[in-house]
Amino acid sequence: MVEILAARKQQVLEKGKDVFTIECEKPSTAGSVSQRACVFCGSRVVLYPIADAVHLIHGPIGCAAYTWELRGSLSSGPELHRLSFSTDLRENDVIYGGEKKLYAALKELIGAYKPNAAFVYCTCIIGLIGDDVEAVCAKVEKEVGIPVIPVHSEGFKGTKKDGYKAACEAVFKLTGKDDITPVPKFSINILGEFNLAGETWIIKDYYKRMGVNVASCITGDGRVAEIGRAHRAKLNVVQCSGSMTYLAKMMEEKYGIPYIRVSYFGIEDMSKALYDVAEFFKDDKILDNTRELVKSEVNKLLPKLTEYRKDLEGKKAGVYVGGSFKAFSMVKALRHLGMETVVVGSQTGSPEDYDYLKEITNEGTIILDDTNPLELSGFILEKGADLLIGGVKERPIAYKMGIGFCDHNHERKEALAGYDGMLNFAREVHTSVTSPVWKYSPARIKAAETARVAKERLV
Amino acid sequence: MLLRHTPKEIVERSALTINPAKTCQPVGAMYAALGIHRCLPHSHGSQGCCAYHRSALTRHYAEPIMGSTSSFTEGASVFGGQSNMLESINNIFTLYDPDIIAVNTTCLSEVIGDDLKQIINRAIVDNKIPPGKTVMFASTPSFKGSHVTGYANMLTAMVQNFAEKTGAKNNYVTLLPSFIEPSDMSEIKHIAAEMGVQYIMYPDTSGVVNAPMDGKFHMYPKGGTPKELIRASGDSRSAIALGRVGTFQAAQLLDTKCKVKTDILDLPIGITATDAFVDTLRKTAGVTVPESINTERGQLVDVLCDKAQYVYGKKVSLMGDPDTLYGLVQFCKDAGMRILHVVTGTPAGAKWDRRMKELTGEGTIVKSGAQADLFYLHQLLQNDRPDLLFGNTYCKYISRDMDIPLIRTAFPIYDRIGHSYVPITGYRGGLNLLIKVLDILMERQDRDAPEEKFELVM
Repeated sequence: MVEILAARKQQVLEKGKDVFTIECEKPSTAGSVSQRACVFCGSRVVLYPIADAVHLIHGPIGCAAYTWELRGSLSSGPELHRLSFSTDLRENDVIYGGEKKLYAALKELIGAYKPNAAFVYCTCIIGLIGDDVEAVCAKVEKEVGIPVIPVHSEGFKGTKKDGYKAACEAVFKLTGKDDITPVPKFSINILGEFNLAGETWIIKDYYKRMGVNVASCITGDGRVAEIGRAHRAKLNVVQCSGSMTYLAKMMEEKYGIPYIRVSYFGIEDMSKALYDVAEFFKDDKILDNTRELVKSEVNKLLPKLTEYRKDLEGKKAGVYVGGSFKAFSMVKALRHLGMETVVVGSQTGSPEDYDYLKEITNEGTIILDDTNPLELSGFILEKGADLLIGGVKERPIAYKMGIGFCDHNHERKEALAGYDGMLNFAREVHTSVTSPVWKYSPARIKAAETARVAKERLV
Repeated sequence: MLLRHTPKEIVERSALTINPAKTCQPVGAMYAALGIHRCLPHSHGSQGCCAYHRSALTRHYAEPIMGSTSSFTEGASVFGGQSNMLESINNIFTLYDPDIIAVNTTCLSEVIGDDLKQIINRAIVDNKIPPGKTVMFASTPSFKGSHVTGYANMLTAMVQNFAEKTGAKNNYVTLLPSFIEPSDMSEIKHIAAEMGVQYIMYPDTSGVVNAPMDGKFHMYPKGGTPKELIRASGDSRSAIALGRVGTFQAAQLLDTKCKVKTDILDLPIGITATDAFVDTLRKTAGVTVPESINTERGQLVDVLCDKAQYVYGKKVSLMGDPDTLYGLVQFCKDAGMRILHVVTGTPAGAKWDRRMKELTGEGTIVKSGAQADLFYLHQLLQNDRPDLLFGNTYCKYISRDMDIPLIRTAFPIYDRIGHSYVPITGYRGGLNLLIKVLDILMERQDRDAPEEKFELVM
């Protein structure tokens, strides 16, 4: 029996048994071992991949240190985003204000690195001491002639989701700058794709083969100039809807660009993402290309998946990820490997998201919002999962319990998007679940023993 | 190339830290707290801090790192965090049932002025703390010190909250280690045990952040010092603090609060410092040094003699935490290496700077605190290139950029395993370290040797 805090009772649901709608989008219970982060984290992860901008963290050192090389977003050119810049506020700055320091830091940075834009992240402390970051940024912008954009990401001002919003507002300020550079007729922007392990490049290649131009990817392998002409694309394709729908809505309102939500994970979702774009342009050539592409990729992929499926058939998985849209794709992708999802949850899902999860999972599946290690490990044990999909803090929990793990968050080393990504995913899951190391797990030995005894009794 | 922008010319920076060689206090406090048995670290502030600290320690140790948070929202930031803290105490004891909650403060709760002492008293008055359980705290804002001072503050809080002088002296020697790996904590215990010394050591993260895999998730692994022992340290016959920056404050408090005679030494890294530790242990506990310890020492000296020519005269630069750096520099000097640069982001104080300078001698650049960051170190290295670099994982960029081999000895290490299992303290740790240095330098020599000088026996 898994113990759940009274205040969290409505955030955990067993499909088929509980009928309520999950309570979510609320602050974590005080005192819980939450796997969530803060507003600043939300802004930082979204803006991070813009590689020709400097990202200056205005605050004490910790915030900068922990988000240095936060996620493996790759760049095909400049790599300014991978350095860690901080105003490193000390006690005196907290008392007398950090504006002068911010000004000096910005000037030093911009002078030394010649970036195309600068982002200034406001951390908890800035919100409290009340530095006029807007004014400092405006002043520097005027002096140096590049966009200097404050990101209002004070950690306590909400959840990680509010940080996404602050990031969207910051990116939005970079749009609409360039009306001259030619942008082809069939152009889209990809929103909420962060080029982890080079995934943006895989996706861009698919669109290219369809005959569709990607005007900008926000923010994977991002460049300031590309975002500057993003307003002239015909369609916004939102991959990570949790983080970027807000930007899509702002762009729709101001520039009249419609948007669609997609996912690049798993076979169905990837194919649908491509078809949706093709259908939007209503161009026969593009449609033909898309059919051809999907057919050849899927034909290439399926026989290979079958190989992995042989060993994975009937295994069970737990999924706990940041955004719930990703969780949908995971449930479907696992099914292609013959695996059933028995526990699934996210840090930031909405009521509709959880309803949809209820729809696509089997009876008895545990659905969780903002869980903690005690609950998560309890349900994994109770449901007998063989695999956990999650992020940094979930990995060692899975290993300690003697089950496989797949990182579907910042630390993934393999590209998991697209058809190539699906194959990588299958390989990673297969390697982890079938690893010989688990035979040394006392829990596994015990489970095997119990199964053997039960079988003998039947005979 | 990631670091191609780093210019050679060093200009004094006033306001900007680039690629920090430190991180903030709460993570050190959290690490120290994990060294108490059945203790749950708690972060009083917004969720992000706690998530970052857990991620950082999880990456470093590849272990599940527990820690709860007060989950501040805007309301708490305006009206104070008392109700969040009280609710946390209640929820934590109800659900996670630790023996101790060790609270670290964040910038946010410090600046709004939450008085943890008062809040904890409130919790006691309101009967929110079950009998036999403790809530303790350390003040650890991120705008002061570094992860090392955070560790020091939590260690001091342990003495403050638990160490008790009853008047009846026991036979224990109390050992207070600075911020070191669980493997190093084990090694210090090994030396004490080998010498037949009855000891109490805290914090002790061995068995907590390098716990064995047993097929279960444990909220509280078996390791960590039980609070009864921390209490008994107040009656111990004497104490030895190892690593001055990380333990000075706690050692002094144990001395003044409980009148325990305390020796403050450097971390036992390398021959000289380990000798000092063993000798102090011998005197204070009234024991003799057993043959086994002499053997360990002899083996280290032997290997150093065997291969001294490969390290002698080699140039080395180091970054890391102040106490470890002092030991490492000592170690390098024992091997006849030339120290070019020593950099720590921790504001270790003028006294540390002076002692380090005395140790290294003229001609070595020593920098601690503000603007002592990896950008600066990279600049230094461009001006005077070492043969070997000691530092944390982030130094790998410099190492790659300049093709200088790196030995990972500082916090954090995200890309290699072993640091939590293989010690660098004690004679055995010294041997590990020496072998590592020799391996990397001799490998290098092999790699760079022209065909006619590439040889089988080295």
